[in-house]
Amino acid sequence: MTALLEVKDVKVRFPLGGGFMSSIGMAPKTSIEAVAGLSMTIEAGETYGIVGESGSGKTTIARAIGGLHHAQEGSIKFNGTELRGLDESQFRPLRKDISMMFQDPIGSLSPRLTIKSLLTEPYKIQGMKDRDLEAEAKRLLGMVGLPADFAGRFAYQLSGGQARRVGVARALALDPKLILADEPTAGLDVSVQGELLNLLAGLQNKLGLAMIIITHNLNVVRHITDRMGIMYLGRFVEEGLTEDIFSNPQHPYTLALLAANPEPDPDAQLARIELKGEPPSLIMRPGACEFHPRCPFVRDNCSVGESPVWDTSNPVHSHRCHWPGQHTTA
Amino acid sequence: MGTDILTIRDMSIHYDTPRGTLKALRHVNVNVPKGKIIGVVGESGCGKSTLISSIIRLLAPNADMASGSITFDGKELYDLSEDEMRGLRGTDISMVFQDPMQTHNPVLTIGRQMTDIQYRDDKTAEQKKARAVEMLTQVGIPDPEARLEQYPHEFSGGMRQRIAIAMALMARPKLLIADEPTTALDATLEVQIIKRLEELQADIGCSILFISHHLGVIAELCDEVVVMYAGEVVEQGSVREVFHSPQHPYTKALLECDPGHIKKKTRNLPTIPGEIPNLVDVPPGCAFAARCPRVFDECHTKRPAWTQIKDGQHALCHLAAKESVQ
Repeated sequence: MTALLEVKDVKVRFPLGGGFMSSIGMAPKTSIEAVAGLSMTIEAGETYGIVGESGSGKTTIARAIGGLHHAQEGSIKFNGTELRGLDESQFRPLRKDISMMFQDPIGSLSPRLTIKSLLTEPYKIQGMKDRDLEAEAKRLLGMVGLPADFAGRFAYQLSGGQARRVGVARALALDPKLILADEPTAGLDVSVQGELLNLLAGLQNKLGLAMIIITHNLNVVRHITDRMGIMYLGRFVEEGLTEDIFSNPQHPYTLALLAANPEPDPDAQLARIELKGEPPSLIMRPGACEFHPRCPFVRDNCSVGESPVWDTSNPVHSHRCHWPGQHTTA
Repeated sequence: MGTDILTIRDMSIHYDTPRGTLKALRHVNVNVPKGKIIGVVGESGCGKSTLISSIIRLLAPNADMASGSITFDGKELYDLSEDEMRGLRGTDISMVFQDPMQTHNPVLTIGRQMTDIQYRDDKTAEQKKARAVEMLTQVGIPDPEARLEQYPHEFSGGMRQRIAIAMALMARPKLLIADEPTTALDATLEVQIIKRLEELQADIGCSILFISHHLGVIAELCDEVVVMYAGEVVEQGSVREVFHSPQHPYTKALLECDPGHIKKKTRNLPTIPGEIPNLVDVPPGCAFAARCPRVFDECHTKRPAWTQIKDGQHALCHLAAKESVQ
């Protein structure tokens, strides 16, 4: 059995500078590794959460899977087909199966098209001329719980929550097998967030699609994902079953992240774990364990020598730490 | 009311739109006591932004203040001249915005921006620079003197938001308005920002109006909370009272919707059924009536009064006048 999506050691680099000296070959061309060797597999129908701080490469990996960034190394296999290295015309038919929901709900909808055109554009792009566009737009709006007369509206006439729903409807237009949802609930209040997540969960059950959710919101990840990965500087520091990670975090960054999640209770006793300093620059990655300059539990062998290896001895819960699970302030 | 830095009484703000008069805020009451942190929650479109714009008097040209008053530090804000108002902005009332990536001017150094905003002060360039360094130190930017020479893109998101806070607090304002300052940041940075805000607030003694969707952040940071729904303030009270015994059915429903509250893993999250009312054609009774689980006849016909439940807790609900909502 092959997984729906198999990402293996993927690296995505962005060139830096490109100043005059490097353009005439007088200075070396440098680059940063936004995604620095990341692997994961997603089964059909599964929900996978990616968390990590801003700049850790979450969006970059999603865009690389969706064919919007070029991955320089590694392999991205979807249903057994290698996606890396496909050009735009080769990738286009695959967009039927892999769809994206973008971060900014209103910004990702063209202001000059009606909702109907926005929803049915995918059919035109994929050359599905036999579809009744009017009926399809109605069907999609109904699926996400919006009234049919929204078809004639423009993006600026929608609220944030409604625009999100249009985003969901558009992502579902072509019956995809995988949805990449980048911060699908950012900026929504909790009741609207609940509606949207229930909607996605219901559609997922009905249509059997797999979903990758990128988010800052740990409460969302805890409730709706089956497995999750925690990114730091373009790599996973921990990955596995969501329940396992929440109940038994192995990496100190995960620990700090979970401890930072504010409780909606004014009397909650919070045991915070404060990280030292700032996220390091990708240009100057720290040596040894990349987390050591900020780790509150750093020990001697963390700052020198080998970086910790990706420990997969537990097949459902991997991590990258010299001292997994042994984190107490000595 | 001598203990309030800001008092909003019975304020209504209407927008003139092609679809008719949009009643964005209706008979709103808010108190911001001196030296307290007040959280504001409510879904998008409930009037949070209009509320902020009305306080700094930067309403859109099609907005009209239909009723009410805003008193800031004993002065009626809407009686001030435009010059006097400009004198308040950035000195007595300052703001931190949602997006730290777009708050700063990308082509000027942080140092230039931090000295520029001190243009009102009669100080030498050295003194202004020293003040900038002092503020950066206070928000925990290491090596502040060298950092002043750098441009916004050379700072991380969390640092930029802390610089924005440093700039907003530079003039030691009496009121800081923070509009979702942590939405764009991850949980560990969010905690850092909250901690800094708490420390600085204790040091400067200003009041903070803190707008957020995140009930957890409100619970942790704020003394009091204001709950808004569809253009009305439906409840205000101490964080402990409101979170533990919410008096308005909307507050109760909102708190129950927070996935942070639900300990057991579920894929079916609670929601509030129904839609928000059309603000052009506002129903005559209570704005929440159509979605309220405890609705009765009076709710559809009569607007509820702003009722005091106990000392410092108010709710806009017919039930509140009779009994407590359980």
